[in-house]
Amino acid sequence: MAKYLLLKHYRGGPAPAVDFAPMDQWTPDEVDAHVRFMRDFAARLEEAGEFVDTQALAPDGAFVRYDGEGRPPVTDGPFVETKDLIAGWYIVDVESWDRAVQLAGELSAAPGPGGKPVCEWLEVRPLWGDSPAVTE
Amino acid sequence: MGRLARGHRVNEPLLRELVPAVIGVLVRRGADFAAAEDAVQDALVEAVRVWPDAPPQDPKGWLVTVAWRKFLDASRADTSRRHREARVESEPMPGPGEAVDDTLQLYFLCAHPSLTPASAVALTLRAAGGLTTRQIAQAYLVPETTMAQRISRAKRTVSGVRFNQPGDVATVVRVLYLVFNEGYSGDVDLAAEAIRLTRQLAAMTSHEEVAGLLALMLLHHARRPARTRPDGSLVPLTEQDRSLWDTRLIAEGVDVLQTALARDRLGEFQAQAAIAALHADARTAEETDWVQIVEWYDELVRLTASPVARLNRAVAVGEADGPRAGLAALAELDPALPRHTAAAAYLHERDGDPVTAARLYAEAARSAPSLPERDHFTRHAARLNAQLRG
Repeated sequence: MAKYLLLKHYRGGPAPAVDFAPMDQWTPDEVDAHVRFMRDFAARLEEAGEFVDTQALAPDGAFVRYDGEGRPPVTDGPFVETKDLIAGWYIVDVESWDRAVQLAGELSAAPGPGGKPVCEWLEVRPLWGDSPAVTE
Repeated sequence: MGRLARGHRVNEPLLRELVPAVIGVLVRRGADFAAAEDAVQDALVEAVRVWPDAPPQDPKGWLVTVAWRKFLDASRADTSRRHREARVESEPMPGPGEAVDDTLQLYFLCAHPSLTPASAVALTLRAAGGLTTRQIAQAYLVPETTMAQRISRAKRTVSGVRFNQPGDVATVVRVLYLVFNEGYSGDVDLAAEAIRLTRQLAAMTSHEEVAGLLALMLLHHARRPARTRPDGSLVPLTEQDRSLWDTRLIAEGVDVLQTALARDRLGEFQAQAAIAALHADARTAEETDWVQIVEWYDELVRLTASPVARLNRAVAVGEADGPRAGLAALAELDPALPRHTAAAAYLHERDGDPVTAARLYAEAARSAPSLPERDHFTRHAARLNAQLRG
């Protein structure tokens, strides 16, 4: 088994395959259907024994760094117009890369306006784990 | 029995050794496997609570009695929910089945070919190993609910399998190898657990590959104290402090392997163990018998055609016949193989080309199969680059 991060972006990545209005322009039923899909997706992963974690990130925040002994950390941002903005993630524990890609494909089919799949781009990244005992 | 409940703590590994046999007794009495397994887990929890103050005379008998009661309670609750008569009401007389040890059958069931590797691993650790779902989840760094689902799906998958069907030792061996090799280091020592289960299996069957696997595990486990620094970073075989190797485990591993090899039915695990034994036999890295190791890799490649074995063979050829020969062997393999770039970096450095080696180590770090290896390759690249600047 190997763990993969399925990363959702607010912005960034390849050009959107489907152009749709921001979620606050959808009908309430469309919003509900989308949220329900996300919840059901996590439940299905859990039932399949593949679920590790899911979190959503608020878009606001700031960059922070160390600025020397005895000085408070420096903050920068928030950057309203940064190119790439992460929205959240699922972490799955699956048999193979192919299975991770299959799951990302399913997640990308979340319903949008008119119940049509949003087809959003998801970034799939392997997590580095521990090294095996036998390598020679 | 003092050996199971010493002082105020229950000796859990010894307690867990009884688990598969107790599940077997319940199944012979008519319980289905999934319910029997749950009942025995409940009995274990009670044993850990009760035994320190009141250690039983007959631990297995105690577990059977308590697990059977748990099973009856559960099936009564189940049947009353469904407004049906309890299927099993009274405790049956101990029959001839009690004397039969079904532990081996249980191993076969947990490694049934219908299960995915991950399911077989989880079910083996619970039903043959007696670990709790929480312990298994912690070992594999997933939530307990996820592991619980994996185990209950696995139980459903094998629910139609007859318990007394003959199984294939080879599937069990592969599952135990996965447990040993996973490398995650949580609260549960999976390597030690894999060795315990393989020992138990080896005591029940004379299959050469079970012995081969046990020898392989013992020989690798012997090196574990030398394999990582206190900060968790990897120490390659050639740089390990060999005085840290566990000579008792090495002696046992070599002994187990020699007995298996004498039967002249070679398999991949015996071949891998033979390679580990040759490493264990060298007092210093320079004394390593690389020529013989290459011969064993030839056997391993013949037995498995595994690309990983071919890659490791190329590295061994580099040691036996020089880095050019190693690079030539490597050139015949798919460059996308895990650790291919790292092997090339190592051989180029030995061939006196630090520029290429540094570039390849940096590349190997990016495609490393694990975090400790990424850090290890990065350190090599940094060392060579510093030398080149120096």
